[in-house]
Amino acid sequence: MHKYILKRLLMMVPVLLGVIIIIFSLNYFMPACPVARRLGDAATPDQIRQGRDELGLNDPYVVQLGRFVGNIVRLDFGDSFHTGQPVTSEIAARFPNTFQLALFGVLLGLIIGIPLGILSATRQYSLFDSGATFLGLLGASIPNFWLGMMLIIVFSVNLGWLPAMGFDTPLHMIMPVTAIGTGSAAIIMRMTRSSMLENIRQDYVRTARAKGQSERVVIFRHALKNALLPIITVAGLQFGVLLGGAVLTENIFTIIGLGRFMVDSMHRVDSPVILSGVLFIALIFSFVNLAVDLLYGFVDPRIRSQYK
Amino acid sequence: MATANHLLEVNDLTIHFLLEDGVVKAVNDLSFTLNAGETIGIVGETGAGKTTTALGLMRLVQSPPGLVVKGEINFEGQNLLDLSENDMRKVRGNKISMIFQDPMTSLNPVMPVRDQIAEVILLHQNMSAKEAIVKAEEMLNLVGIRKERSKEYPHQFSGGMRQRVGIAIALACNPTLLIADEPTTALDVTIQAQVLELMKQLKQDLNTSMIMITHDLGIVADICDKVAIMYAGTVVELADKVDLFKNPKHPYTVGLFGSIPDITNDDDELKPIKGAMPDPTDLPSGCPFRTRCDHVRDACAAFNMQKTDVGNGHYVKCILFEGKGV
Repeated sequence: MHKYILKRLLMMVPVLLGVIIIIFSLNYFMPACPVARRLGDAATPDQIRQGRDELGLNDPYVVQLGRFVGNIVRLDFGDSFHTGQPVTSEIAARFPNTFQLALFGVLLGLIIGIPLGILSATRQYSLFDSGATFLGLLGASIPNFWLGMMLIIVFSVNLGWLPAMGFDTPLHMIMPVTAIGTGSAAIIMRMTRSSMLENIRQDYVRTARAKGQSERVVIFRHALKNALLPIITVAGLQFGVLLGGAVLTENIFTIIGLGRFMVDSMHRVDSPVILSGVLFIALIFSFVNLAVDLLYGFVDPRIRSQYK
Repeated sequence: MATANHLLEVNDLTIHFLLEDGVVKAVNDLSFTLNAGETIGIVGETGAGKTTTALGLMRLVQSPPGLVVKGEINFEGQNLLDLSENDMRKVRGNKISMIFQDPMTSLNPVMPVRDQIAEVILLHQNMSAKEAIVKAEEMLNLVGIRKERSKEYPHQFSGGMRQRVGIAIALACNPTLLIADEPTTALDVTIQAQVLELMKQLKQDLNTSMIMITHDLGIVADICDKVAIMYAGTVVELADKVDLFKNPKHPYTVGLFGSIPDITNDDDELKPIKGAMPDPTDLPSGCPFRTRCDHVRDACAAFNMQKTDVGNGHYVKCILFEGKGV
């Protein structure tokens, strides 16, 4: 097991190197110039050239890429062009909110999606199943920014129950997490339903019933545990999606988060922040994938035996 | 009819599946009896309703679409169809248990085999979790699996060993009646012999009655006391094993025996029963076998499938013997 984890950690290196090269190239070939953007319309071509020289932006592509990779290897991510602060501290100040938003969003998705999916599967084609299917379709189709705005209108503007801005207390978190987690809940529910349907028809479920086991235990102890793999997969993917897609929710609820900071930085052509931010999200996503794979092994002994 | 001296008495059991494109008549007016300690073989082609019968006895036919239309399953003097689901659960795995056809799929892949045996023990016997584990290991030992392997998962065992685990689960609570649904069909021939030998021996040691569902007449000859020949969901002939093998009556039974290739004859061709099993959504009127029978006559279409006792508890449902019983 330790060997497997070590192997997977080493495999992250080429993945992250690929991410670095791609985002660096995209940023390099982007026609926008950070110096011109900062100095404004009044800047003369000389001033801009001087500014670009100071930042090393006039060096050849390969030289800049080499310098960028070298800095990352030394864990030097540079300073933000805009704030002048180290990128690491800028990210560290904002990432916890984004991480919590995505994590709670997925947790909400699991808490709603798994029970509804199980009930749908055990009552296939019932009224409940149709209702849940309809809600699932609705949840998956509603854009989370629209849902967020509607929540604000209802619960902040009209009823005045919940704060519309920020992410500091549990009360603040209710609406953003609901907005971002609804789509995940729908997707997780559909996956749970189909995975459960597949498993409750399996022979081993019949065996469990033939033992005289109660239906509840048959469903939860036998069928659900076998149905978990695809559910874990979508939950992991959803976490990645929410991590990257939190920007809209962060904007609507004015949350100081990484997604919003990244978009702002793109407007400002703040290259160090963009590059490090994307790299950081890629790193987190790699870890989430590793965690998902380890969970597979935890759930399914057949997969565990392959982790050598 | 007297129910007292039979362990199991099935009367006119009829199970249908109500599907959108028709009613599948899987089991029709099926009757047989079984005494304590006896083994009955239920023999028939694929699709004859054997597995549905077995699941019906356990009340495990999926409903919907399955529906027990009528009949009685008198077990130890109690009609199982009258029991509440809760009371029925106390029978399943405890007094009546089942060995399934495919050992590769009938065990839970994410549960150690020991726990799967302990589960049934915990359900029906007054034991702590620890005691149940010990008992489960004893059961594994009984079917020839070492204690050291008890924490392993099904995928770490061969098909034959998995079926032994299935047998251990079925016998863990010392059931009065064991239903074995083609327990050796999915196994290699050599493993088949081992598993059958094991079942025979355990049956003797534990004095369990058994319903052996099979399409293999060799297994019947080896292990059964009496035989019910099933066709299109009903028992067409029921007799003592020796009686049936020596003196088969029903044309279908005769055809079954005739289809066994004879190694001493140098025949190139097999002699199957011509035609195929009728569609269970559209069974012919009267005798369902008349579409394939060599002795078919006009009256067969109106035959009421009444059974005739031709002596020594040998029953046959065929118009050829109507009124010629004892």
